Amino acid sequence: MNKNGKAWLYLLPAIAFLGVFMVYPLVDVFVYSFEEGYNSASQTFWGIGLYNYAYVLHDPYFLQAVKNTFLLVIITVPLSTGLALLISVGLNAIKPLRELYQTVFFLPYVTNTLAVGLVFMILFKKTAYSDGLINLLIHFFGGRSVDFIDGPYWAKMLVMCIYTVWVVMPFKILILTSALASVRQDYYNAAKIDGTSRWRTFTRITLPMISPMIFYLVITGFIGAFKAYSDEVAIFGTDLNAAGMNTIVGYVYDMLYGDSGGYPSYASAAALILFAIVLTITVINLMISRKNVQY
Amino acid sequence: MNYDKIEQAAARRDRVRRAVTYTLLTLWALIVLFPFYWMLLSSVKSYSAYNGEYVPRFFTLSPTLQNYVDAFTTVNLARYFTNTLLFTAATTAIMMVVIIFAAYAFARLDFPGKNLVFALFLSLMMIPGELVVITNFVTITNWGMRNTFWGLILPSVTSVFYIYLLKENFEQIPEELYKAAKVDGTSDLKYLFKVMLPISQPTVVTIVILKVIECWNSYVWPRLITDDEAYFLVSNGIQEIRENGFGRENIPAMMAAVVVISVPLIVLFLIFHKKIMAGVSRGGTKG
Repeated sequence: MNKNGKAWLYLLPAIAFLGVFMVYPLVDVFVYSFEEGYNSASQTFWGIGLYNYAYVLHDPYFLQAVKNTFLLVIITVPLSTGLALLISVGLNAIKPLRELYQTVFFLPYVTNTLAVGLVFMILFKKTAYSDGLINLLIHFFGGRSVDFIDGPYWAKMLVMCIYTVWVVMPFKILILTSALASVRQDYYNAAKIDGTSRWRTFTRITLPMISPMIFYLVITGFIGAFKAYSDEVAIFGTDLNAAGMNTIVGYVYDMLYGDSGGYPSYASAAALILFAIVLTITVINLMISRKNVQY
Repeated sequence: MNYDKIEQAAARRDRVRRAVTYTLLTLWALIVLFPFYWMLLSSVKSYSAYNGEYVPRFFTLSPTLQNYVDAFTTVNLARYFTNTLLFTAATTAIMMVVIIFAAYAFARLDFPGKNLVFALFLSLMMIPGELVVITNFVTITNWGMRNTFWGLILPSVTSVFYIYLLKENFEQIPEELYKAAKVDGTSDLKYLFKVMLPISQPTVVTIVILKVIECWNSYVWPRLITDDEAYFLVSNGIQEIRENGFGRENIPAMMAAVVVISVPLIVLFLIFHKKIMAGVSRGGTKG
């Protein structure tokens, strides 16, 4: 066999799988989203147009999902990035036990988020026989107990945010610690000789030097948080609409499958709306970073 | 002796700073570890002891393994577990074959259109999985592959990112080695398996570990494609157990199941933590 043929043969499996499960679906999702009244049983539809988008945008479940997702993004991305920065700076400042801490901090990354979510649920849940550990703590400090899992909206949102931060921290700490470690010691030595204060050294040397990585984390953080779904399932169960805690991705999957499923057209329209939102936010992020980040 | 005083003050400030740093780090370590401790603790408390504690205790004097027995007998935990093992092993193995050949073609062989094809591959990295899941669900359903292992496995046996990672690694192997092998009459395939793969072993191992973690934790696709319990993976199993598992909210047994599910990855992590962390910082994305 000639060389060209061989190369294509080696590439064939990858191309075949990518073609069937990535390229074709990418085209197809647009097609679905414009086919009005698509019936998945008979595979027929009665028109082409924007009806699916209109339906999704007027669906109260979708609007609730959008609200939840935006709140989650706005709260968790700055919070987790800031906290990760604080912890990474701390990690960078110590020598003994550093590796131990790093290893422990990374642990949530490798665990099954559905399994650990169950533990979070138990810690926060109020049941007939116990108020749950967190509520007892709140009691201890003189507060009033709240049902975080079936209670008021803000309480549920709070648990969701806490768990999300817990889940995303390992990646951020890892990236920021290695970014901090790669800042050249010369700069710090120069600052020391000039008698620069620690705070000034941090804001004028450290932050600018690691700013590309911070922006990388902000961008991936935004994208990741917009796609939140399984962490919510872990805490509130599969019926997220009933809990009022659905996310946009959750809405897509619910439309596709499950009790309210069977509507790939609505699912496609919602997925494309999500994609448009993420793309817009990412472009805005990139534009801001172009102005502020020093490379 | 003013100078001494200044030095003392500076040393004191340093000590305080260090104390604050360690306190902060320890606090976060506790927050990270506490859920794991709590699941382990709850899993060895007996059902009556657990439910009898209005204020949960932070230790137990009479640990029991009954919950683990329940976890394996009352629900199909063993089934979920073996399903996940099978799914993880098969998906990872098939993916490795696919990406090794693709990376080899991109790194070592020359053919017209190579750069164009590679650029197209890379552009696929930007596509979010959520967009393609919808059609894949329909495709797999139409192929009659719902509730089969193939339906679970097939959509996730390629990864453009891993092809890219491996290709970069292959390209670092000096051209001379290839020519020497050619002179000796080594075939391309033999060269790939006897020379390139052993040299790239660290990257290969990293990719395998990252893929295993991904497979073990995958939830969304298996949930869409299986509703027959016989094909549930551990993530779906956990949801199933939670929603209609042990009955009467048997939380200790639930926690035992959670421990069983979490242990394999934690062990893997403890053995390979350096490799995993290096691999993730090179290109993992999550969160």
